[in-house]
Amino acid sequence: MGIQGMELFAIGVVIILFMAVLKQFGILEPMSSFEDNSDSDLELSTVRHQPEGLDQLQAQTKFTRKELQSLYRGFKNECPSGLVDEETFKTIYSQFFPQGDATTYAHFLFNAFDIDRNGSIRFEDFVIGLSVLLRGSVTEKLNWAFNLYDINKDGYITKEEMLAIMKSIYDMMGRYTYPCVRDEAPSEHVEKFFQKMDKNRDGVVTIEEFIETCQKDENIMNSMQLFENVI
Amino acid sequence: MAAGVAAWLPFARAAAIGWMPVANLPMPVAPTEKNKRQDELIILNVSGRRFETWRNTLDRFPDTLLGSSEKEFFYNEETKEYFFDRDPDVFRNVLNFYRTGKLHYPRYECISSYEEELAFFGIISEIIGDCCYEEFKDRKRENAERLMDDQEDNKDAKLPNMTFRETMWRAFENPHTSTMALVFYYVTGFFIAVSVITNVVETVPCGSSPNQKEVPCGVRYTVAFFCMDTACVMIFTVEYLMRLFAAPSRYRFMRSVMSIIDVVAILPYYIGLVMTDNEDVSGAFVTLRVFRVFRIFKFSRHSQGLRILGYTLKSCASELGFLLFSLTMAIIIFATVMFYAEKGSSSSKFTSIPASFWYTIVTMTTLGYGDMVPKTIAGKIFGSICSLSGVLVIALPVPVIVSNFSRIYHQNQRADKRRAQKVQKARLARIRISKEGSSNAFLHSKRNGLFNEALEFTSSTEEEQRLTKSTSLLESQHHHLLHCLEKTTNHEFVDEQYYQQSYLEAGLQNYPSRSPSLSSQDGVTGTCCTRRSKKHHTPLPNASGPAHMQPLTHAHTHQQGLQELSTIHIQPLTTSRSSLNMRVDEPASMNCQSSQITTAIISIPTPPVTTPEGDAHLPAGPIHQNVVKVSAL
Repeated sequence: MGIQGMELFAIGVVIILFMAVLKQFGILEPMSSFEDNSDSDLELSTVRHQPEGLDQLQAQTKFTRKELQSLYRGFKNECPSGLVDEETFKTIYSQFFPQGDATTYAHFLFNAFDIDRNGSIRFEDFVIGLSVLLRGSVTEKLNWAFNLYDINKDGYITKEEMLAIMKSIYDMMGRYTYPCVRDEAPSEHVEKFFQKMDKNRDGVVTIEEFIETCQKDENIMNSMQLFENVI
Repeated sequence: MAAGVAAWLPFARAAAIGWMPVANLPMPVAPTEKNKRQDELIILNVSGRRFETWRNTLDRFPDTLLGSSEKEFFYNEETKEYFFDRDPDVFRNVLNFYRTGKLHYPRYECISSYEEELAFFGIISEIIGDCCYEEFKDRKRENAERLMDDQEDNKDAKLPNMTFRETMWRAFENPHTSTMALVFYYVTGFFIAVSVITNVVETVPCGSSPNQKEVPCGVRYTVAFFCMDTACVMIFTVEYLMRLFAAPSRYRFMRSVMSIIDVVAILPYYIGLVMTDNEDVSGAFVTLRVFRVFRIFKFSRHSQGLRILGYTLKSCASELGFLLFSLTMAIIIFATVMFYAEKGSSSSKFTSIPASFWYTIVTMTTLGYGDMVPKTIAGKIFGSICSLSGVLVIALPVPVIVSNFSRIYHQNQRADKRRAQKVQKARLARIRISKEGSSNAFLHSKRNGLFNEALEFTSSTEEEQRLTKSTSLLESQHHHLLHCLEKTTNHEFVDEQYYQQSYLEAGLQNYPSRSPSLSSQDGVTGTCCTRRSKKHHTPLPNASGPAHMQPLTHAHTHQQGLQELSTIHIQPLTTSRSSLNMRVDEPASMNCQSSQITTAIISIPTPPVTTPEGDAHLPAGPIHQNVVKVSAL
């Protein structure tokens, strides 16, 4: 009598169980890639970054010593390792906008702060960025904003870039708004923006066009001064 | 918003500059900080241990004590720090909450003290971090159960007036309350046992004459068994009806498990009576007799362990459900496999999958009857896997059930032990003594206050000095407070004994004769009725209390009517305190113009206490022996 189907199946099951037992004894090496994951976890936690000295930072930024101390304490509290990676940054920023999805805008912000594009913000980047935003001249602030909108940092804001930024800003509003955010709202907003900014109608906004237009707009100039005394 | 990221708010606001160029509308005005302070260190002194932190750290949670202006109440001007007279160890956790945004619960801390500290500092305990939350919840639940036990013990206190129905219900629920209840309890228990044994013996084959078949006893001695059954059912019926009558909420009682068991236990008998010996229904009749076995569940009223078992099973319903579900899955799988494995073999008992269910169940529970055995190799292999996995599947949910049972059982053991032992009694006695101590101190000081007042007239300073006891300021303020309460309600505090005494007497006589309370000196007014002691009326049910508080005329009539008057226990003092006597009689003779006539009620307890030296602090002893009833106006 040849081996019938069920018996074949039974033998197969027996072999599997046998292998399971051998695995327990460590004779059969498991072919999982557990080690890789655990190694990569180790990497980030051992890296620690110390900022430059207080004096150098004071020279580079327009903050006083006490302000720098206070800023660093807040920074270090949230990121004990001294470096903010994008995920942590998104988490922190999202906490301020509970109703909407702030991750996309946080992504753009992260890129704006991460000057050397190494994927993490150090305290120096953080503080230099803040110095521009809070203590810089209007031109510097406008420069910073342009830098934020120019996603690929090529010196031109295209419609696509602007649309991405606009969408991310509208995302932060979330669903429960009055009136409801329509799907066309970001594009309309972009159109308005380009109509205002794009003087030579070439479809892109350059830094000069941007600064020039903003300096002429009273609303924008006023709002630039809004956050002067945040720290 | 989490606490830690509060530090990043300035950053988020600064980053909002990125929205400005695209905005079409003007921005709202930013809020300005009125007095922008630099971040400063504040010192928190908790019972001597100094904690220092930044002010901003505490401001993260403005709805707690430390984060709001409430902490200014604790500010100490001289040392420029905030002083809290609380536990410094627990405070460490509280402060860490501000620092990290997560509240932790340490294991070694007592749950109630921790909760008190949290309540003091205005932190709700629900925000304990996930790492410690389960532990916290478990401890809290345990504590609540323990407290519930304590409360249940106290509920056994006898209430003065319970209706007959209530007493009956209490007797049923708690057989230890009276002898009758205990008798009833044992009688019903006995009859349940008798009934169950009868049912069992009924089916045993009794000896028979050689020419007849063996017949069960029930058939042989039908009448006897019938009588026995009737008697038991009578008792059960009566018991059920009495319980139904006594139950506070009849509807709820009828829905309870025990009453359903009672009904199910006695119903078959009545149905059997009603039905005749009809052939077609006799089968159903036989089935009904099965339900008689439910009488054994009536024992659960008598057995604590049974109740615990039932309660455990109820509380482990989810685990049991899981066990059942996983077993069912495994049974179906293995039955299918075994069926197909054994299909080939000849004369196999595995005729269908449902037929294989029996084999699977027997194998998985390791019973192994051996009536169905696989013959093929594949069948044997799968059969062995089946039995191994059966052990595993059954063993997994069982520890959960066991631990639940153990927890509930130990809880009950603890409660029982405490009830039985003197520990509980001693503890309650201690609590009672301490309460009595403070109330007696008050009563005592009132007496002494009385003496003080009396002595003012005799104006003998030495005795005054001797009498003024050295009560602490706290005590005297407390007593003053109690005194004010007495004045407000026009009632007085008395000893427990006096109260019971007067209650008993009220039952005997139709008027409350004894007013065993103390005079409350109203030293404020110096009218003719200097001994303005209140007319005491104990909180007796029929005391026409409010009437006593009426002005003069009413009081007169009532006094004449009721004769409820002062009981002046002045026996020991008659020799030395004749002035008191005079005082007492004076109101009677004088025409008091005061709006409130009350009788002088002084209770002067045992001699040692009432010596002029007034040093003894004994509580009121067997005072009623020294009562001298004096009627006074």
